[in-house]
Amino acid sequence: MATKLLMSGNEAIALGAYEAGVALGCGYPGTPSTEIIETLVRRPDVYTEWSVNEKVALEVGLGAALAGGRALVTMKHVGLNVAADPLFTSAYTGVNAGLVVVTADDPSMHSSQNEQDNRNYALAAKLPMFEPSDAREARELTRAAFELSEAYDTPVLLRSTTRLSHATGVVEVDEDAPAPQRHPLGFERQPAKYVMIPSNAKRRRVDVEDRWARLREAVETHPANRVEPGSSDIGVITSGVPYEYVREVLPDAGVLKLGIVHPLPRRLVEDFARQYRTVYVVEELDPVIETQVRAWGIACHGKDVFPSIGEFSPGTLRAALGLPQPETIAEPAVEVPPRFPALCVGCPHGHVYNALRERGMVVSGDIGCYSLGVMPPYSAMDTLLDMGASVTMAHGMDAVLQGQPDRPPVAAVIGDSTFAHSGLTGLLNACWNQRDGLFIVLDNGTTAMTGGQPNPLSGERLGREDTMHLDYGYLARAFGIPEENFAAVDANNRKAVTAAIDDLAGRSGVRLLAVIGMCIIEAKDLKKIDKFVGKRDARKLELIEVDAHAHA
Amino acid sequence: MPTPDPVRGTVNENVPGGQPVGDKVWNVLLVGVGGQGVVLASDILAAAALEAGWDVKKSEIHGMSQRGGSVFSHVRFGPIVHSPTIPRGEVDVLASLERIEALRWSGWAHPGAAVCYVDHEIHPQGVRAYNPGVDDEIARLFGTTIRFEDHALKSRISAKVKNTALLGAISLLVPIPQQAFLAALAGHVPARTEEANATAFAIGREIGSSALAEATEMAEMAGRPAPEQEPTHVE
Repeated sequence: MATKLLMSGNEAIALGAYEAGVALGCGYPGTPSTEIIETLVRRPDVYTEWSVNEKVALEVGLGAALAGGRALVTMKHVGLNVAADPLFTSAYTGVNAGLVVVTADDPSMHSSQNEQDNRNYALAAKLPMFEPSDAREARELTRAAFELSEAYDTPVLLRSTTRLSHATGVVEVDEDAPAPQRHPLGFERQPAKYVMIPSNAKRRRVDVEDRWARLREAVETHPANRVEPGSSDIGVITSGVPYEYVREVLPDAGVLKLGIVHPLPRRLVEDFARQYRTVYVVEELDPVIETQVRAWGIACHGKDVFPSIGEFSPGTLRAALGLPQPETIAEPAVEVPPRFPALCVGCPHGHVYNALRERGMVVSGDIGCYSLGVMPPYSAMDTLLDMGASVTMAHGMDAVLQGQPDRPPVAAVIGDSTFAHSGLTGLLNACWNQRDGLFIVLDNGTTAMTGGQPNPLSGERLGREDTMHLDYGYLARAFGIPEENFAAVDANNRKAVTAAIDDLAGRSGVRLLAVIGMCIIEAKDLKKIDKFVGKRDARKLELIEVDAHAHA
Repeated sequence: MPTPDPVRGTVNENVPGGQPVGDKVWNVLLVGVGGQGVVLASDILAAAALEAGWDVKKSEIHGMSQRGGSVFSHVRFGPIVHSPTIPRGEVDVLASLERIEALRWSGWAHPGAAVCYVDHEIHPQGVRAYNPGVDDEIARLFGTTIRFEDHALKSRISAKVKNTALLGAISLLVPIPQQAFLAALAGHVPARTEEANATAFAIGREIGSSALAEATEMAEMAGRPAPEQEPTHVE
């Protein structure tokens, strides 16, 4: 029996993967992708995990695919940068069971440090890419992506954006549908295909090109691409969420809706363009489709009229096309004060920022809730680039400022999840290269900004299952950090925090400070499941040991 | 002026080349501050619209919602909904759980749109008080205003179900039957709070009805057109 349900694009992707018989799902939390894994974990017959970072996640996914299990790997757009190394060579190894990699892009940077257009990855890595327009299509195209992946022996990318992932639409679900079919498990030894030493890679490179010729043909008739004839003399080539804005604003235009944005169906595009006096290419961010259409000698309008910056809206299209805009209520004559996001009242991070600013330190920052330390009243962050860059950029600054008179002291602040993601590597680099710097981990027991996920410092994994956690004291020892250069203090004990910063600031070499507190939102969630007291006490044990030697 | 239609409600003639009556998409913008329950209210509204047989889309921005920033949710429903975001100038109903947020988002509404809001204040960092003319300005800008006085509301319902009371007011302004709202509520709140929520919804409708009746009276006295009330929904 068919039931209409409301679901987000993310939930729809998880549903599609489940219906495709996915065996494994993994990723790293990142807005707007996070809920895909959080939805998939509810299926008991799918192995689901949060991985330490996106590179790890993609490799885990590819391993599963080679062993015969369909795998879904999810991340936000910048996460694909971290996973780019396995991504590019995965086109050469191909798959066994299907592998679908979801990149959730963020035009307008609602919660990201850039708005890179990850359709460019499909071209560069030579991987096909699907792009759904709404929740219903997100579910369908995820299933189609797994089929294409196996039919053409290639990992497949699926692109979402905020207005797909975090928008909700109607999806029809058949409650009596049979259980999903699974791909037969098993690893077949094929070193010529899976071991990418140069001699093998050179042979596989030819296979990649052969596959590409077949794919270019396949997309001409793939149901994901369709033509909607129009009565006006305007034809629009578009994909993804922008298709919905086109339908909203130009109900009479002919539309070529591309559900597969790479490769593009050349004949379909040429046939379509021929029928209309004026052709527009409507795409957000980069002129990926437009560039190829122009390369085929087809006259069209694209970035000459539409913006390159930011997401679109019906209003964007109306403005670009010179269509009249709806009348709005007048601007208020009364002042409306702005409302900026800020660290929650009671957040364990605030005091550290005050202490660092008071000491005039240059603060190399990182990505998480604690990025809000750049905002007033703290105004205590000087750089932020990407995950883990706090540690490494501080190291680079020190390398050139070393020995300079009146040089400002540099401190790096990094969150617990970010530290596990890519801070460890940077810290090891600093220790191994004998640098100097104060490296502070702001540990609030969760990956907070993305909604509260576990990480290797929090003692839990996806599903609230208890597990090991990384021990800062042992880590410091393993990295060769002398005892007096390491401390772990209670974030709520302001005196201890200040004393530790003062003490470590007066020393030299690599100094590691773990400031351990509990995110107030996570504390609330833990109380609901009766785990708060246990967690709080376990985290205090980390401190006792170190308090003893800090005062020795 | 918008044209009332007993079956599908009003059509926004301010949208050039606007959709004819049968295709009208209704646009409700729910706003507030993180932690007030804006997203839950929008979930319930969307579910009610689906229950009533409409196509529905909604969208919001996550992440900053519990960090004290402005929270907003676009809810759209109609025979077919394309854009997941409400085009600027096409909001029919602005619903706010906080006083200044009702003013912040006013520029998204079409002239003659309705606003319903709770005059509760959550001040941004560094702001002691709002300008005293906020409520007058809201009433001046919007075609129809339903204002919930926060202290009066809190004397009748718990703060936790204020968002449900706001849904009660919204139900007077959109073509979704009460039953659909109540069914949606039942599906979205814990069983033990169902009664409190149903009561809050009814109180919201009651307060909203009074406000609309008062406005109609005053408009009639002044010889102006009455504010639009609930269109009959036939499905």
